[in-house]
Amino acid sequence: MIRRTVIAVMATAFLGLLGFVVLSWRPAIAPVERPNPASFTAESISKGEVLAAVGHCVSCHTRPGGQPFAGGYGVNTPFGIIYGSNITPDPKTGIGLWSLEAFARAMREGIARDGSHLFAAFPYNVYTGLWDEDVKALYAYLMTRPPVSSTVPANSVPFPLSIRSLEEGWKILFFRSERYRPDPAKSEEWNRGAYLAQALSDCEGCHTPRNALGALKARDPYAGATIDGWVAPALTEANPSPVPWTQDELFSYLRTGVGRLHGAAAATMTPVVRDGLALPVVPDTDVRAIALYFSEIDHAGARDPSVEATVREALATSSLGSGQEYDPDADLYGAACLSCHYNAGTVPLPARPELALNSALTLSEPTNFIQAVLRGVSDTEGAPGLVMPAYASSFTDAEVAKLAAYLRRTRTKCPPWSDLERKVSAVRRELATSR
Amino acid sequence: MTTFKLNGRTVSVHSPHDAPLLWVIRDELGLTGTKFGCGIGMCGACTVHVEGRATRSCITAVGAVAGANVTTIEGLDAKGKHPLQTAWIELQVPQCGYCQSGQIMQAATLLKDYPNPTDQDISAVMAGSLCRCMTYLRIRKAIKLAAARMREE
Repeated sequence: MIRRTVIAVMATAFLGLLGFVVLSWRPAIAPVERPNPASFTAESISKGEVLAAVGHCVSCHTRPGGQPFAGGYGVNTPFGIIYGSNITPDPKTGIGLWSLEAFARAMREGIARDGSHLFAAFPYNVYTGLWDEDVKALYAYLMTRPPVSSTVPANSVPFPLSIRSLEEGWKILFFRSERYRPDPAKSEEWNRGAYLAQALSDCEGCHTPRNALGALKARDPYAGATIDGWVAPALTEANPSPVPWTQDELFSYLRTGVGRLHGAAAATMTPVVRDGLALPVVPDTDVRAIALYFSEIDHAGARDPSVEATVREALATSSLGSGQEYDPDADLYGAACLSCHYNAGTVPLPARPELALNSALTLSEPTNFIQAVLRGVSDTEGAPGLVMPAYASSFTDAEVAKLAAYLRRTRTKCPPWSDLERKVSAVRRELATSR
Repeated sequence: MTTFKLNGRTVSVHSPHDAPLLWVIRDELGLTGTKFGCGIGMCGACTVHVEGRATRSCITAVGAVAGANVTTIEGLDAKGKHPLQTAWIELQVPQCGYCQSGQIMQAATLLKDYPNPTDQDISAVMAGSLCRCMTYLRIRKAIKLAAARMREE
């Protein structure tokens, strides 16, 4: 009896495995000769260039200082480092042998030309929304880039997660192959923004929380998440910024890296701005469309209309720390921060991020504030032309904690942050290992 | 190797990318107008411009300015006659002079942002630039004089 049960269980398991292998199997798509660049229309190529910028493809597909699209950037995932592949038309190390059909399948179903499953670090779950003509344009653009022979490092995903056919399980659970369907109740501009945001820019990739298997939580779109040690704030009405993100503010932030009433981009937002929406090739109309889409998601129009009063109140605190009042906690701020962050008048200057309006101070956790202080912001990050020095070697953990507590107390109405010194020390440790 | 523009000239330096910009400017590139004060971004003596904005060079890594335009006191004006510099001489602002290049670079950013600065603007923006000779009142006067002249121009 026991023997029979064991055999039955083993047989079921074997059949299950067999079934899974069959299910996960995908055919290779025959290699083609690299398409002649002259076979693509100029229109298609330039359309693809815009789309590749909006999708900031170059960010993950270029190693630091390397040739564009030749791959090698390491994406940190909870499952190991996954390196962006070479997507130049090099036949050996790139995608030179890929037909349009193979490219489209990779983009929208996460299957490489040889039939193997791609890891979901490549957001095919996003690109699956792309329409045929746009996949075609992206193909035209990439196939007309100079081929670069460059092999990317091997991924550090441990066995058994490294078995690519297991990705089929992930797909069964979390992936549907479907194109973006316009919402007829919304304007053309809104639909364009929603399409670019959902099917190309992968805003959810950072701003939507993930489950233990690394899939986006479909019920909490844009609810905010942690990415590479920073908080990607909620883009819904739960966004903690003191004044709402209107279409104009979002446009300016995405286009230039700075929103006057919200501050400057940095760190993990850099690819979206610098490799994408700030590029001249991207038309204003596309950035405006994305801005419109998110201004509706955060209900900017329906939120407290007292923006002017909030800004006035914020600016009234801007000179605190210049020695006109007695506050022993203000010393560090006055010496280190005020010369750049002070604002006069009725509206902050773009180059002077106003801390009283910045989500770094109003988020429930001090993570982003601590990161910005310790790391600073280099000229290659965030907004072009805005550099912030790194205070990691200037301040002790206790001093950063004091600065954070002082600003939270004097610039916001939020409750004090807890356990600050420990949190500063945690970010500092992480910073040391990341270098 | 890091490449950036220093006073309009493209320079490539060999210092490691995390070397402070201050030491790259002084030691590797030999421009000594920019001074070392505290080394922790709290006194303003090392202030230079990155993309036209005052930045403490002692805690800014040279790698952080890759590709950027950096200006030191030597490059603020080709003839050393920026309105702030002439006002500084006219009012004999410096005493020992050590902090003054940083003061002038910081003041230049102040006037760019606020061409008609109030006392509060000056106090706030110049708060991070210390002067142990206490020349603050003359600094304030010189900033106002330069501001007035720049507005006339």
